[in-house]
Amino acid sequence: MSILIQLFLEFFKIGLFAVGGGLATIPFLHQLAEKYTWFTVETLVDMIAISESTPGAMGVNMATYSGFTTAGISGSLIATLGLVLPSIVIIIIIAHFLKQFSDSPVVKAIFTGLKPAVAALILCAALNLVNVSVINLSAFQASGNLIDLFPLKNILLFAVLLIMTTKIKKHPIVWIALSAAAGVLFQF
Amino acid sequence: MRDYWELFATFSKLGLFTFGGGYAMLPLLESEIVEKKKWATYDEITNYYAVGQCTPGIIAVNVSTFIGYYQKGILGAVVSTFGFVFPSLIIIVIIAAFIQNFASLAVVQHALAGLRVGVCVLVLTSVYKLIKNGVKDSFGIVMFVFAFLLSLFTNISVVFITLGAGLFGFLKYKLGGKKA
Repeated sequence: MSILIQLFLEFFKIGLFAVGGGLATIPFLHQLAEKYTWFTVETLVDMIAISESTPGAMGVNMATYSGFTTAGISGSLIATLGLVLPSIVIIIIIAHFLKQFSDSPVVKAIFTGLKPAVAALILCAALNLVNVSVINLSAFQASGNLIDLFPLKNILLFAVLLIMTTKIKKHPIVWIALSAAAGVLFQF
Repeated sequence: MRDYWELFATFSKLGLFTFGGGYAMLPLLESEIVEKKKWATYDEITNYYAVGQCTPGIIAVNVSTFIGYYQKGILGAVVSTFGFVFPSLIIIVIIAAFIQNFASLAVVQHALAGLRVGVCVLVLTSVYKLIKNGVKDSFGIVMFVFAFLLSLFTNISVVFITLGAGLFGFLKYKLGGKKA
């Protein structure tokens, strides 16, 4: 029983202090591996790999995984609950006040600054994604070979999808499934 | 009751098909929440991201809580968030219990490599709309370029970049008000 309480508290702390998404939880999990005997640093590497390759937010996947390793199914539930509880409370409070002040010129002014910045940050995240999944800058830097910078299959799929998504309106799930199938079919 | 079920089902769908965290969720939010269910406008989603970015916790969870709360209050927020994490719970438990070499399976790696290209295209398309929608005047362009350069070339946390942009929005209002 006490291990569940400990799990809850540790992941509550992560949910409260990890600002900025999934990757921000990794240093916290590293500390957990050192502080407790729940899982080792080596298992943490596997957990990161699996959390990145399964659907859902990475931080949530990490909490579920480490909770399960530590205390089975109830552990995975408790750890995930601990992780999301601070978010739920904080966002509900903010959402409540935001609604009350949504007509306030000050709030509107703050968001006129926030909106373009958020667009820029998401663009950066998308470009980082392009950098690892479409072009391969690190392979190019290692070999100096221009062919390594532009893996043909990836560029081709990128171009085909870009054209298709602008021409045909389909649910994103369709495109995600298609690109996964292409990956398997053409051995990406 | 049906409303809560709809929230749960919709966010489960988002949780099941979001590969790669908060930003990868954007194209799905656009088609499910903005276009299909009409639970939020594009503009509002951007606001939720802005707040979710600089508050603690996972961004995708924060955005789910936001939308759920505005639909059905506190219970709606809880149901949406639970819906979003539900597929993760099931999938991760199955993988952790039975297929620990999941990430190193060749077929998984191929599928993910292809899928990531697809996610890139979808997120870029969404970002294009976000930029068209959110960057309208010279002030917006300045904020956009500054945030972009800071995020790309410095190690400054996105939290501070977001907070800074909010502060500039506030200052512009205060100072602009006096001039006008």
